[in-house]
Amino acid sequence: MRSDRRARAPLGLKLAAAGGLMFLHLPILLIFVYAFTTEEKSYQWPPPDLTLRWFAVTWNRPDVWQALGLSVRVALVSTAMALVLGTLCAAAVSRSRFFGREAISLLIILPIALPGIITGISLRSAFSIAEIPFSTWTIVLGHATFCIVIVYNNAVARFRRTSGSLIEASMDLGADGFQTFRHVILPNIGTALLAGGMLAFALSFDEVIVTTFTAGQQQTLPIWMLEELVRPRQRPVTNVVAMVVVLVTLLPILAAFYLTRDGDHTAGAGK
Amino acid sequence: MSVVVATPAATPIILEGREGFFGRLSDRFWRNPGLLLLLMLTPPLLWLGVVYVGSLFALLLQSFFSIDEFSGLVRYEFTLKTYRELLQPANLDIIVRTVAMAAVVTLASAVVAFPIAYYAARYARGAWKALFYLGVMLPLWSSYLVKVYAWKLILAKEGILNWIFAKLHLTWLLEAWLSLPIVGGNSLSISYTGTFIVFVYVWMPFMILPLQAALERVPVNLVEASTDLGATPGQTFRKVIFPLALPGLVAGSIFTFSLTLGDYIIPQIIGTSRLFIGQAVYAHQGTAGNIPLAAAFTVVPMVVMGLYLWMAKRMGAFDAL
Repeated sequence: MRSDRRARAPLGLKLAAAGGLMFLHLPILLIFVYAFTTEEKSYQWPPPDLTLRWFAVTWNRPDVWQALGLSVRVALVSTAMALVLGTLCAAAVSRSRFFGREAISLLIILPIALPGIITGISLRSAFSIAEIPFSTWTIVLGHATFCIVIVYNNAVARFRRTSGSLIEASMDLGADGFQTFRHVILPNIGTALLAGGMLAFALSFDEVIVTTFTAGQQQTLPIWMLEELVRPRQRPVTNVVAMVVVLVTLLPILAAFYLTRDGDHTAGAGK
Repeated sequence: MSVVVATPAATPIILEGREGFFGRLSDRFWRNPGLLLLLMLTPPLLWLGVVYVGSLFALLLQSFFSIDEFSGLVRYEFTLKTYRELLQPANLDIIVRTVAMAAVVTLASAVVAFPIAYYAARYARGAWKALFYLGVMLPLWSSYLVKVYAWKLILAKEGILNWIFAKLHLTWLLEAWLSLPIVGGNSLSISYTGTFIVFVYVWMPFMILPLQAALERVPVNLVEASTDLGATPGQTFRKVIFPLALPGLVAGSIFTFSLTLGDYIIPQIIGTSRLFIGQAVYAHQGTAGNIPLAAAFTVVPMVVMGLYLWMAKRMGAFDAL
């Protein structure tokens, strides 16, 4: 919807929109202030004084490093699996019409449409029925399940905008299916896959609800944070970790935005 | 002028088959698109269709078993006893509480989200538009736990919110609110009000995006026609813009409703000790070891969301996603 260019927003609307955006952003900014506070026993505001001490303390904490390492490993493996499975699905669904196509898109969306707790508890009871012990792989299994949809959504949107005539032209010029994939399809969908992969990484890195059911005794970084939230023991370290988590998830989101931003044109449809 | 016609015999119309393994494979796929499709779909379908849906069904099945009162072990025979247990007043309370919270959170998210979406769709342009988009995307994607943690800091007794109220000499107002029944409590971080604020904060961005998309699709000429025919801005909004944006609103509400319905971490960290559905599921499958009842509890959000999605589909919300 576009009204004419002279239209000015009413003041009330401006204030309500600005207020809404502030409501969304101020709490996150607050985390950054708390990371520097000298207070360690409570969440006192305003902070009595500022210090950099907690960064050093956090740096020397093996449990934080271990949790971070596990989170990164899980996120990398789940993202890789989601990239393969999501792209395959997107390619199949957007290239052809076949019986059950609608059912497949529903199936892919199911893991994020159903509340995370349902996914978590059903995977956990399936593990216990099949007598699979908890391991990094059980966490990965849960994460990849809901990361597929993120990659799939990005890839399907790009496939829709990639003209089929490019593929036909490549075939007519004598390329075989694999060459067409490598030289024509992949360059076209590459940025969409990268963006989807980054969002999937951010989602997996941050996931806690499904993870509590599939991790057993292992600690990913969100699970470490959850324990601190339920029973605060080291508030200053938690503050620093929270700030680092914000920064770590911020970068892939900005990158994904940058990669998919000018996507209104269809490749190969202009000429 | 004579035209030299190339002899067709030199270039065969049908090329020969390709050489090598990959060449032959490529030819095979070309002649047989169904085979390629099958190969592409098998891995994801094995994963989602067998592993994921399989475990969902296994869980559903368990809700028809029951727990033996004496041994505390699961008895593997078909019974509706667990569902009878689910409908006890204490458990019904949990269900009603959760659904009511989800409904209120959805309404509040719609109210807070609407101005942002409306401004972004109708007035923001160029760099501002990108900024608005990022302004919604960043909170949406940033860490869920960090967001909850931020509110723990804000709502704490010694935290910033109480400090602001004290500076404004409005502490009496906060105390009056906390002394109210139901919404009140000892402090904000252990009251339904606190739970409600955090839910709205965490799920509201999911409302903004579909709403903004729907508002952007409202044709300008309809708005202009309404103005030309003498409608006041308020009338145009109520009779033209709002009904056309409604599918987007419903689409957004699917997320806020479903996410609130299944959450068990927010009410555990900020809120009263009374349980929500997610917490009940967690407690029954964990310490209590009552998997059948936990499974029966998960059926509630599934049924509620099923009904909700069915209504949303009738209102055309899926076209707005």
